[in-house]
Amino acid sequence: MIVEYGHFALALALAVAILQTGVPLLGVAFQRSVWMDFGATAARWQCLLLLTAFLCLAYAFLSHDFGVIYVAQNSNSALPWFYRLSAVWGAHEGSLLLWVLILSGWGTAVSLRSQQLPQDIAAIVIAVLGLIGTAFLLFLIGTSNPFLRSWPAPADGADLNPLLQDVGLIVHPPLLYMGYVGFAVPFAFAIAALVRGRMTPAWAAWARPWTLAAWVFLTIGIALGSFWAYYELGWGGWWFWDPVENASFMPWLLGIALIHSLVVSEKRGSFKNWTVLLAIGTFALSLLGTFLVRSGVLTSVHAFATDPTRGVFVLAILGTIVGGALLLYAWRGPSALAGGSHHVVSRESFLLANTLLLTVATATVLLGTLYPLLIDALGLGKISVGAPWFNLVFTLVMTPLILTLGLGQFARWKEDSLQRLVKQVALFAVGAVLIALCIAAVLAPTTRWRAAAGVLLALWIVASVASGVWARVAKRQQPWAVLRALPRSFIGQCIAHLGFAVTLAGVSLTSTQSIDLHTRLAPGDHVALGPYTVRFDSLRELDGANFRASEARFLIERDGVPLYELRPQKRFYQVRSVSMTEAGIVPGFARDLYIALGEPLGDGAWSVRLHIKAFVRWLWLGALMMAGGGLIAMRERRRTSAVGALDALVNPR
Amino acid sequence: MWTIGLLVAGMALATGLILKSFQQNLMYFYSPGDIAAGKAPDGRDFRIGGMVVKGSVKRDTASLAVTFTLTDYAHETNVTYNGILPDLFREGQGIVANGHLNPQGLFEADEVLAKHDEKYMPPEVAASLKTPKTASNNP
Repeated sequence: MIVEYGHFALALALAVAILQTGVPLLGVAFQRSVWMDFGATAARWQCLLLLTAFLCLAYAFLSHDFGVIYVAQNSNSALPWFYRLSAVWGAHEGSLLLWVLILSGWGTAVSLRSQQLPQDIAAIVIAVLGLIGTAFLLFLIGTSNPFLRSWPAPADGADLNPLLQDVGLIVHPPLLYMGYVGFAVPFAFAIAALVRGRMTPAWAAWARPWTLAAWVFLTIGIALGSFWAYYELGWGGWWFWDPVENASFMPWLLGIALIHSLVVSEKRGSFKNWTVLLAIGTFALSLLGTFLVRSGVLTSVHAFATDPTRGVFVLAILGTIVGGALLLYAWRGPSALAGGSHHVVSRESFLLANTLLLTVATATVLLGTLYPLLIDALGLGKISVGAPWFNLVFTLVMTPLILTLGLGQFARWKEDSLQRLVKQVALFAVGAVLIALCIAAVLAPTTRWRAAAGVLLALWIVASVASGVWARVAKRQQPWAVLRALPRSFIGQCIAHLGFAVTLAGVSLTSTQSIDLHTRLAPGDHVALGPYTVRFDSLRELDGANFRASEARFLIERDGVPLYELRPQKRFYQVRSVSMTEAGIVPGFARDLYIALGEPLGDGAWSVRLHIKAFVRWLWLGALMMAGGGLIAMRERRRTSAVGALDALVNPR
Repeated sequence: MWTIGLLVAGMALATGLILKSFQQNLMYFYSPGDIAAGKAPDGRDFRIGGMVVKGSVKRDTASLAVTFTLTDYAHETNVTYNGILPDLFREGQGIVANGHLNPQGLFEADEVLAKHDEKYMPPEVAASLKTPKTASNNP
């Protein structure tokens, strides 16, 4: 019965979503205050109903209700309870339910914090969120209902995809969705600005925390996915330019551009057109990501949905929402959003160049992801774009991006002079080059210069952050007091930029200084791995809850001193007859030791992957710093009342 | 103004470079039938897909070298690979490999991909298994 309650709640949520869209819009059209406020109430009810539906589905999983088709397909009586819980979003239907639940959650958050917004803007934002919710609820109920039953119920389920049976995967999709769906909020703000024909610095101040929040979630989600791939796939890789990875990477990149453009719109009142366009584009890419993952057009680890009607449905949603937004932009944009002016050499120019470069980076990823699909759809053949291309063009775009990032930090708002800039930059630039040369001296000779170039760029970012702090503190009476009173947005910006530098250094060093060894080993054999000696000690068989495993014991020593013991496993999941690799890893600040079993080769020998992954943890450490910076900048004490007052003076209506 | 001009020129140059390297890095997909018909390029990397012929997997006893035969149920191609095969590489299953043809007509794979599903057949393979009937229509 519980499942039927969930089904009913889902249908009711659709009805509420339709009201959430229609009533506030009518309120705006007819100037009815009560109707406008109704949206906030509807948003909360929608969230409550979807939460009920979600909990009912979770109950079905926990209670082994295999009469529900979705449960039977993705669970098993031998599955531990926490994986049964994560199986709720382990496949298409449930993850879509999570998608709309999170959307309604964002809607509720907006409704709770919208007191400072003008009533009409708040009403339109809530209505746009309701419209997106309506579209996806129709999709969910029409093509992918998780509550459908089959009769008679099967005795046991088909089990959760073993690839997804990992703690990282319990939290990875919800975080990613928080990010994807969160970009619906700045999108809704952009639509509201276009409809009402006014976009003020206060608008940017409202939209910025929401954008940052979504971006922070997406950052953590992507980092977690990368970390999971490193741990769980057993290849020692951390990024594959897989289309689904790209799908989450594109809104992330454009989201950065949006955040920076919002800063200019808030502080200087310019780039309004560009900001609105970026807000639309970022959410469009989020929807595109949903389409790519959900339509089955991709052949990747993630492609668990392969139903063309679903793809067409999502594509229709994508076309309608994004197409509609762009039409609105073409109609209202230029008149609604006149901007301020700035000199060619100014911080605005560097920020503009950077958002453009980020857009180019996003476009190249988009090209590499969609072009093969397009060629295939047109029947012109089957092609794929390899990782080497992505790596090359990314280096090509990121290098100028990082150079202008640094220059932008040095430059002043509105107007600056080249001479002053050069004088400012010179000392820091020389310092960065000298440190990079010192680092190059101790690196492995063959790849020394490639690694050093990456490290130099990272140091350049560090130098620009240091100069930013210095410029605020130097020549002040009480530097410590100034330091403590730095605005949160500035502290967040510094931490995020430093995080970018850490990730960049990690990428440069991991990809050049690591040691990869694929070899054949039998128990008793040993092999040299860099400065270490690795001995394959023994192999044993063991039974897990729902798998059988071969577990190897490796002993690692250096100069005759035993240091570590690793026990990588090769697991076999009986229900789906699938093998999985559990790598053995010794984590470290400067390097990871990574051993994964390949396959049995007969006579007790195995193929084995052994890696020393230099500075690989820096990738995720940097990502966490970026997310932390975003979080700090987001929580800046609200100045909206002051900004609002200023706003009213500058833009009287 | 000239700064903006420089910016635009830089963008154009970058776009040109990106598109050129894009052309060079595209990997085309061929089936054993295409290779038998001489359509596959010499000296350039491409992708091959097919089903692994049962009983064709032969391992070297001292290294990781392995050879196997791929089929589209009309033609066959021999593949050699030196490395660790993916978890779900099995005889009778569909796989995709990246690499190039050597002068002897042997496909030297740099990478072998299989999917985590025993019933999985790469869409490229599924499509090329259907094409023998319609292959004559293609130019």
